[in-house]
Amino acid sequence: MPAPVQRRLIFAHIDEPGYTNDLPCYLQHGGYAVMKKALARKPEELIDEVKKSGLRGRGGAGFSCGLKWTLVDRKSGKPIYLIVNADESEPGTFKDRYIIHQDPHQLIEGTMISCFANNVKQAYIYIRGEMPHGARILEKAIQEARAANLVGKNILGSNYSCDLFVHRGAGAYICGEETGLIESLEGKRANPRIKPPYFPAVLGLYQCPTIVNNVETLCHVKHIVDMGGEAYTKIGTPNNTGTRIFCVSGHVQRPGYYEFEAGRITMGQLLNEVCGGPRPGRTFKAVIPGGSSAKIMRFGERYKGKRKVGAELVDYDWGVEDVPMDFDSLGMIGTMGGSGGVIVMDDSVNMVEALANINAFYSHESCGQCTPCREGSLWMKKITSRMVHGEAREQDAALLKNVADQIPGRTICAFGEACSWPTQSFLAKFGDEFKGYAEAKKTKPAAMPLI
Amino acid sequence: MNLKPATLKQIDEVITHYPVKRSATLPLLHLVQEDAGWISTEAIEWVAAKLELPPINIYEVVTFYPMFRQKPIGRRHIKVCRTLSCALTGGYKVCEQFQQEFGCRPGEVSADGEVTIEFVECLASCGSGPVVLIDDDLHERVDAAKVKALSDQIKTAAQGRPAT
Repeated sequence: MPAPVQRRLIFAHIDEPGYTNDLPCYLQHGGYAVMKKALARKPEELIDEVKKSGLRGRGGAGFSCGLKWTLVDRKSGKPIYLIVNADESEPGTFKDRYIIHQDPHQLIEGTMISCFANNVKQAYIYIRGEMPHGARILEKAIQEARAANLVGKNILGSNYSCDLFVHRGAGAYICGEETGLIESLEGKRANPRIKPPYFPAVLGLYQCPTIVNNVETLCHVKHIVDMGGEAYTKIGTPNNTGTRIFCVSGHVQRPGYYEFEAGRITMGQLLNEVCGGPRPGRTFKAVIPGGSSAKIMRFGERYKGKRKVGAELVDYDWGVEDVPMDFDSLGMIGTMGGSGGVIVMDDSVNMVEALANINAFYSHESCGQCTPCREGSLWMKKITSRMVHGEAREQDAALLKNVADQIPGRTICAFGEACSWPTQSFLAKFGDEFKGYAEAKKTKPAAMPLI
Repeated sequence: MNLKPATLKQIDEVITHYPVKRSATLPLLHLVQEDAGWISTEAIEWVAAKLELPPINIYEVVTFYPMFRQKPIGRRHIKVCRTLSCALTGGYKVCEQFQQEFGCRPGEVSADGEVTIEFVECLASCGSGPVVLIDDDLHERVDAAKVKALSDQIKTAAQGRPAT
């Protein structure tokens, strides 16, 4: 079956010739019209639209956005904060970068609508430190919007006031975790908070109710309020509504970003047709479907079981290429849609070396407050690096599994899972390569150093 | 602290963004580092006094976040992405080539004081790897020829600089 055509909702103007990131251009393209209409409606109605839309967070967890907003404590009398999570740093993910650089007003409009819907008086955009131009572009865009009375006091005469500031991170991946991000915004080390009791919706920034939403998620809100929650559900598939942006990197002919209706494209269509397949003379070996912490898929393996189609349970028997790229299907086969970062590896890659690369990342980024994660990620890195650069032993596979299995569920935040899933899944899918690595590295040296 | 008047102005402005002064810790450290090039003990104490905090609260932040540095670096800062997607397309080779061009290892300052190379984690531009961030500018699909061209640019600019 041929791949569907792209449905560009969020990326409608990305890379469009002549489209600039300033306010006049955005206004020319109908910008802030949705916000104007929204300001005339009741905030509860807007929350309802988002609930009806079925929007799921695009940062990685795929949590219902409407539900997140519903959980906000509105009775405490404390101010409610909204934070835009622009700390995009899950390896393999690069969608928010383009929204921020090329269409910042779309993000600001979506943010201000979300703020109005939730009676937020102060919002922040937490952008990662490694995007200095992005931060400046956002600051300039906010200034333009403030000067046009689209942000700030008494927005467009509506009596609603809300300010928005940019806050820069400083190179720590853990700031993408929402409670770590909140700590960082409070001026501290980004050590995630324990939940309960510190659910941001109740005890977030300055111990006040706080909403943390991903950049792309907030952009979707604008489109939902524009077309209505009901109409939005017509895009995509049930429970996976709207569009998804896939960021494809690694060993394909055409890496890049592609936006499709959620669940309407399979992994095979995405990689073979949209991205042009493997490089000449190569075949696909493995793919990580949703950011580097998502469990790896091995080409050639089959996924079997029963799934719900409408009200019925039907059998499925999929190869990697057949899996629809939505949260539920990828979850069903034991991995996740996550952040939409698809990392492709071809047959030139040795999986021990690829895992060593990933382990070095997680070891570097562990915040260090929970022992299983701090020590576990470090030892997984040490073992895999030693296998590559020193002696590789046959029992290393079992040792690695033993370390990885002791981390998840024993840490304050989901980093424990994120750092152990790669090791667990690489071993489960490519255990033979780990056992035979000592021989393999003598006979088949790495095509490209990965560690 | 000998900060530029423009920096001091920005510092006073950014503090007003937050209901709690401590929140301005990261923004202040960025501003101080951009002005002074690095964060000295004196700078830590200065920021602490400015935000009415004990210096340890600033020190612990400086040591936590990879982008804050406690020693000077070269005039140009070359950050090569190390993480998987870039590594799959040649990130390690790019980093090695930059080291050969400038004769220094990651984290060191080159002999002429011109560059510091750093091998950093994901720069979130995985689809156009290998990527390199030189000062504030991102360079995409960096291959051997591009490393050479970028290095030559840096060397030429250095020659034009008056001796200090």
